Amino acid sequence: MTVFEVFRQERKGQAFQHAGSIPAPDAAFAEAWAREQYGRRGESVALWLVPREAIHEVEDFPDEFDLKYRRVDGYSIKSRLKEARERAGTPAPGDR
Amino acid sequence: MDEQEFLEYVQAGGQVEAGDWMPDEYRARLVKFVEMHANSELMGVLPEREWILRAPTLQRKLALTAKVQDEVGHAQLLYRVVEDLGKPRESSFDDLLSGKAKFHNVFHYATASWGDVGVIAWLVDAAAIVSQKALLKSSYAPYARIMKKICWEESFHILHGRDVVLAMVTGTDGQRELVQDAVNRWWPPLMQFHGNPIPRDEDPMYVWRIKSQGNEEARQQFLDGYVPQVRELGLELPDPKLRRRDDGVWEYTEPDWDELRHVVTGHGPMSEQRLDLRRLARANSAWATQLLLAEAA
Repeated sequence: MTVFEVFRQERKGQAFQHAGSIPAPDAAFAEAWAREQYGRRGESVALWLVPREAIHEVEDFPDEFDLKYRRVDGYSIKSRLKEARERAGTPAPGDR
Repeated sequence: MDEQEFLEYVQAGGQVEAGDWMPDEYRARLVKFVEMHANSELMGVLPEREWILRAPTLQRKLALTAKVQDEVGHAQLLYRVVEDLGKPRESSFDDLLSGKAKFHNVFHYATASWGDVGVIAWLVDAAAIVSQKALLKSSYAPYARIMKKICWEESFHILHGRDVVLAMVTGTDGQRELVQDAVNRWWPPLMQFHGNPIPRDEDPMYVWRIKSQGNEEARQQFLDGYVPQVRELGLELPDPKLRRRDDGVWEYTEPDWDELRHVVTGHGPMSEQRLDLRRLARANSAWATQLLLAEAA
């Protein structure tokens, strides 16, 4: 038996989401079962069936060099903006 | 992460995936809990299945058949969760059929009339959806995720059950009596359904956040939601003590916890017959399983 992971798309244009898994001897059997399990009420417009072994999983994201400039928390605009406004002599938007 | 850190993690709302490290006790309790849920979905179709051939109209027959298919589908999703935790489905079936594993109390009772079909789909499924909605927040993420589909489908069943009940209470006196009679018989098992009211912090399933609410909280939520709906139809609930206090808490006659224990350990009125039917179904479909396994090999 192969375990097929099932991904379903709810509406055209949306991302596929993992829905569950189905054990089956082949893709045709998995398809018949997945249609029943994930499509019989019109809740999906498309399904992806992927043998579990075909999935290459990555779940560690080390950040040894602390590459903050790639993240939103790597920038602290607030204090610099305040200083810039003070130099320019312009008020903050809320004070106008 | 050690066991204490894991406990703090789940108690703070953290979720666990299938491949993550988990304490042995957590895994064991999780398997037992999800397996009982799966068994209940599978065994739960048997009382309803008895009525497919006796449904009053074609529409009702189709709706009931669809409900049975939904419930078996739920069992499949749940057994998959158990399998990914390390227990094969065939072992779950072995334990169910030998009486080692349990299923919910309400599926050990007989169904007397079409009124029972309406009351089961409406009120038993309502009691179940209270528990299942709380499982959307389970600490075990694969379990919480499949609960979305299950709850969505259960809400159809409640609609279907309520519709059956409404058709009967607006029908003849005889039909109305069948519903009242079903309510009278199903009420005690329904009051036992959410389990004895142990404080949630003493309930290991809550401590590990496998479930997210205590037994009594679930029962109160069920009473709050459904007692008014039953009473507005002019139906009576067979408990003279049942009332909502001013502070919103429901009072009721203490359910028979000995009966609950007796029934879920396989001594209910229909326990053995239903298991026999499941044994027969397994034996009769063994050839198909063999064929598929041979094809897969």
